[in-house]
Amino acid sequence: MDLQVAKKKLGLKERYALMTRGLGWETTYQKMDDVFPMDTFEGIKIHDWEAWEDPFRLTMDSYWKYQAEKERKLYAIVDAFAQNNGHLTVSDARYINTVKLFINALAPLEYQSHRGFAHIGRQFRGVGPRVACLMQSLDELRHAQTQVHAISNYNRYYNGMAEFRHHFDYMPYLQVPRSFFEDATAAGPFEFITAIGFSFEYVLTNLVFVPFISGAAYNGDMGAMTFGFSAQSDEARHMTLGLEVIKFMLEQDPGNVPIVQKWLNKWTWRGVRVLTLVAMMQDYMLPKRVMSWAEAWEIYFEENCGALFRDLERYGITMPPCVEQVRKERDHLSHMAWSQFYQGRGTNDFHTWLPSAEEMDWLSAKYPETFDQYYRPRFEYWAKLEAEGKPFESAGMPMQCQLCQIPMFFTEPGEPLVLAQRHRHHDGEQYHFCSEYCAEIFDDEPEKYIQAKIPVHQIYQGKQFPEGTDPTAEGFDPAAAVGAFLRLDPASTGNFVGSQDEANFNMWRGLTRSND
Amino acid sequence: MPVNAIKPYNFPAEDTEANFHGARLVYVGWNRHLMFATPYAWPLPPNMPFGALTQGPMAGAFAQHPDWEKIDWSVVAWTKNGEPFTPDYEASLAENGIVHKDSLRFTTPGLDGIGGLGQ
Amino acid sequence: MSRTESSVFVALQANADTRELVEAILADNPHAVLHEDPAMVRISAVGSLSVHAESVSERIGRDYDLQEMHINLISLSGHVDETDETFTLSWAN
Repeated sequence: MDLQVAKKKLGLKERYALMTRGLGWETTYQKMDDVFPMDTFEGIKIHDWEAWEDPFRLTMDSYWKYQAEKERKLYAIVDAFAQNNGHLTVSDARYINTVKLFINALAPLEYQSHRGFAHIGRQFRGVGPRVACLMQSLDELRHAQTQVHAISNYNRYYNGMAEFRHHFDYMPYLQVPRSFFEDATAAGPFEFITAIGFSFEYVLTNLVFVPFISGAAYNGDMGAMTFGFSAQSDEARHMTLGLEVIKFMLEQDPGNVPIVQKWLNKWTWRGVRVLTLVAMMQDYMLPKRVMSWAEAWEIYFEENCGALFRDLERYGITMPPCVEQVRKERDHLSHMAWSQFYQGRGTNDFHTWLPSAEEMDWLSAKYPETFDQYYRPRFEYWAKLEAEGKPFESAGMPMQCQLCQIPMFFTEPGEPLVLAQRHRHHDGEQYHFCSEYCAEIFDDEPEKYIQAKIPVHQIYQGKQFPEGTDPTAEGFDPAAAVGAFLRLDPASTGNFVGSQDEANFNMWRGLTRSND
Repeated sequence: MPVNAIKPYNFPAEDTEANFHGARLVYVGWNRHLMFATPYAWPLPPNMPFGALTQGPMAGAFAQHPDWEKIDWSVVAWTKNGEPFTPDYEASLAENGIVHKDSLRFTTPGLDGIGGLGQ
Repeated sequence: MSRTESSVFVALQANADTRELVEAILADNPHAVLHEDPAMVRISAVGSLSVHAESVSERIGRDYDLQEMHINLISLSGHVDETDETFTLSWAN
């Protein structure tokens, strides 16, 4: 059917309503509450679903047309990247470890998001949000697919990416993003869309996107830049959906305001904790730096979200109180995280390394109040140990926060030489947390988080040995057994310096520059 | 507060002591020695002497620090879950009242990390 | 930052398809500011920002469908209002 004629008679809003509103109706032979059993239990009250304003009015025919165009462009570049050994144009092979971080930690979240939006796209009783959620679900699946496809080009040549699906289920550090998302998908539809559609995809999205994709652009990675831009082109619709949902809930009933505020508080905190990985990537893993985490925070949170929360003030929404602590941690976050990943490098699926003298000078300049006082001394000491042939490596398993599951390396805000710790009891058991904010999220729904499979605890329960292992057998090596269970290739672990990746990259790039 | 749910929501805790094959989890962190990014976690037999903890798993993890061999254990100050704690090094963990998932921290007066900078 | 200074922004890929689009936006929104980063541009404006299909069409010599912007959009900030003629970003405060 040719819609050219329709375009002249109906405006965009009317056309969109025509194509979508007819997909919803008041059921007669089943009760609406039975058809939509999940959209009231969270306490969010919607009196009039008709008041929903469609943010972007993209009908299916336009959707397919523009998405197909994006795919054509993307795959042309991905093919050219593969054909031309694009991996050899990156600034330095250390950079490739950011791609590993991406496929292991972030691409699976796209897939989880696809599942989550598909679920809630069935659960909202209003047809407008159902249609928007289903489109988002398709977008997120496309993101997962394009990222796996583009990164497969790196997987051919470098270690640490082949087992991304298995690692996402079991690798200790990956339980951080995984548990974050599972907390959302195990929540009701309104909390899910607040958590992901708004907190993650509006409030925090630029803090993920800019570091990774600008990092790719600055470091000669055409493949990642391409899939990054391709995914981002859908993000504008996602952001707008997230903001629209927030507005809709807040306008429908004043009783919704405290519930939405609680979720904004929780998910801003949980999101920033996950972004620890991005802060570390940005400050320590990009050979050609873009900007510091602190700078990105100023632009993409303080300026951008300042405007957003001022806009929401009229509903009675306030900036989440955790932002104060995030500000205090801003100049410490990446350094604490990299210290942990460096010393725990035997159990990562990507390499780590010590910053060079030049890189430490950059860090000093970007973090004048913290780097030289609290972090340079340890990096210099570790460099001395490496030079002496006695590199420092952690010889124990870390204590982890029950909620965010990150190793407890966070220091008390305002006391950078004191490791932070909070403590709770529930039903005869005790639990520990990295912060007051994680502990408060636990307090609100302890029954949810007592079920968490804390990675180090799973290992100690003997649940991370290959099937059929007998831990009482002579010569049993628990570390080797855990490594086998995790399908962790030793070549992918440890220091970048001396790695197979380093040797291969240098050899292959050398081949492009000589005729020998 | 109970979880909002559409059905009764009751699930067992994942980390009860019974799941650790006769051991109990104990966490130990060395204050002002931030070279060790986090406290460590160990599954330990409840009848293990406290001194065997310090000379066994703790030494295995912390001896890499130049301060370790200088520690005078008679002046080390301990906390358990944030409260002051005075262990009997001859007695067992259980006899010392250390229960599953207790978090211990110790301070070594006069030994303040690399260059005295808390690292 | 004072109440009156909430800014909106639109970020676009910098490529052959967006050149005239960016020109049109800057011409129609004299208060807008252009930031150039590798492979992308960000156009920010205090209060609101409008993209007019006609303004782009004039520059590219054919009818421009505002929804074509989806292909090159990277990010945005502000409430969206979308019609066939105009795409507007604004904050209510």
